[in-house]
Amino acid sequence: MNKFTEEDVRYFANFARIAISDQDAAQFSELISELVGFGDVLNEVDTEGVKPMTHPLQLYNVLRVDVPQDVLDREEMLAGVEEHEDGMIKVPNIL
Amino acid sequence: MNFETIVGLEVHVELKTDTKIFSPAPAHFGAEPNMNIHVTDLAYPGTLPTLNKRAVEFGMKASMALNCDVAREMNFDRKHYFYPDNPKAYQISQDDRPVGSNGWIEIEVEGKKKKIRIERVHLEEDAGKLTHSDNGYSLVDLNRQGTPLIEIVTEADIRSPEEAYAFLEKLKAIIQYTGVSDVRMEEGSLRCDANISLRPYGQEEFGTKTELKNLNSFNFVRRGIANEVERQEKVLLSGGEIVQETRRYDETTGQTVLMRIKGSANDYRFINDPDLSEIHIDQEWIDRVRAEIPELPDARKARYVQELDLPEYDAHVLTLTKEMSDFFDATVTAGADAKLASNWLMGEVSAYLNAEQKELHDTALTPEGLASMVKLISDGTISSKIAKKVFKELIENGGNAADIVKAKGLVQISDEGTLRTIVSDILNANEQSIEDFKNGKDRAVGFLVGQVMKATKGQANPPLVNKILLEEINKR
Repeated sequence: MNKFTEEDVRYFANFARIAISDQDAAQFSELISELVGFGDVLNEVDTEGVKPMTHPLQLYNVLRVDVPQDVLDREEMLAGVEEHEDGMIKVPNIL
Repeated sequence: MNFETIVGLEVHVELKTDTKIFSPAPAHFGAEPNMNIHVTDLAYPGTLPTLNKRAVEFGMKASMALNCDVAREMNFDRKHYFYPDNPKAYQISQDDRPVGSNGWIEIEVEGKKKKIRIERVHLEEDAGKLTHSDNGYSLVDLNRQGTPLIEIVTEADIRSPEEAYAFLEKLKAIIQYTGVSDVRMEEGSLRCDANISLRPYGQEEFGTKTELKNLNSFNFVRRGIANEVERQEKVLLSGGEIVQETRRYDETTGQTVLMRIKGSANDYRFINDPDLSEIHIDQEWIDRVRAEIPELPDARKARYVQELDLPEYDAHVLTLTKEMSDFFDATVTAGADAKLASNWLMGEVSAYLNAEQKELHDTALTPEGLASMVKLISDGTISSKIAKKVFKELIENGGNAADIVKAKGLVQISDEGTLRTIVSDILNANEQSIEDFKNGKDRAVGFLVGQVMKATKGQANPPLVNKILLEEINKR
């Protein structure tokens, strides 16, 4: 694993909408590099020819028939939200 | 410097299943807000997705119809983003093992045939719908959340706005024939984004691309691409650089407008979704789904040209929708002349549907009804003029042309004796026109024919009237 640079920290902080100082960026660069480094030991295992595992269980084709059921009652749903209007959930405008 | 236009399309198609892809809530357009919801769609704690078998089969079917290889082993992945249109904060999609890959469809632009390659077809879920207000909040309707989609991604093989249009037209027809979607752009069951870049002719490497969104009709796709090409050309020619960004097509101005600068794909933090099992697709399953695919537009088109002797143009127009093509087939089966049936479907029938904003199934017209009328035209029982009256009755009230003709007394008058009497009467009343004709005014004949038609309420056989009229004039 390459070092997780200060630039990487700032890049991800920006995407997570976190304001970060230069000093924190430097510190987190060190810390995250160390944390990610723990996983590097896995790279020592030879995985040549091994198929990627997408699920811990050997299950496949768990499928549901296309028949509607268990529709949630709208009033019950709206009772659990802070604000609603015309049957719709009211949220702060984001973009 | 001259630039080559490079376009790739990403098309989202909503699948016409009864329930959502990962929950058993109903999936259909037009319900009251938040009436088609399930706890899974709201990501309530502890809820788990369940995969709709039909959605998988529809994805397989569309992939096959688009000449793709169907995956033998596939899985679903989480694509993370934060936005209130999806309470899970990730969309379930397919990343590295899509249901379909390496496909193509053939398009034709200005008589030239060309294959557009399809990189992949993957299954995913649609997001809910947000209505934004001016005063700082948005309203969330989660009916659409979880509606099954396929995303169809082309290779960057498209070289002009016209090719993009032809691709979409063909794609829409194919998907519609398979029956997996209504593919109605106006209802959002087909949506299209375009990736556009330019490169100097002769250069191998692609230029920086922009992504164009909000293309709400095939015409807007064509115009939007043309406008974006023009914009990029100006930037490049003035020595500027294209920035990788997402732009929106503004229908009112016809211009493209900057939406946002693109982040990189890694920001979605794709991971396998451990809540869903892997899907293994064996040959038997593939064969079963393939057997359900009907004859597709290209095959029908070829059949119309080769077996029914229709012009290429007719074959193209008739096969644009399955409903029209099925209707045409049934009309011919019911005994109608193919070319006449085609003329009526492309002419009067299409004009009526456009004017009334209707589909064939909204009218009373049946293939048998149309065939009965076409047969009466073929054997000379009614003229095409009378046929228009019969047609109006057929498409509005249904029934059989022979009955309508009988009930309304619309049979064409082809009896020579009857017509000769009427012609004589008309000539007696219009001595001046005979004089005019003999003085070389050919127009006078047109006037006299008109008078005969008027006297017979349009039921006289026109070629016969012409013949008798000339004979009678010459006798005088």
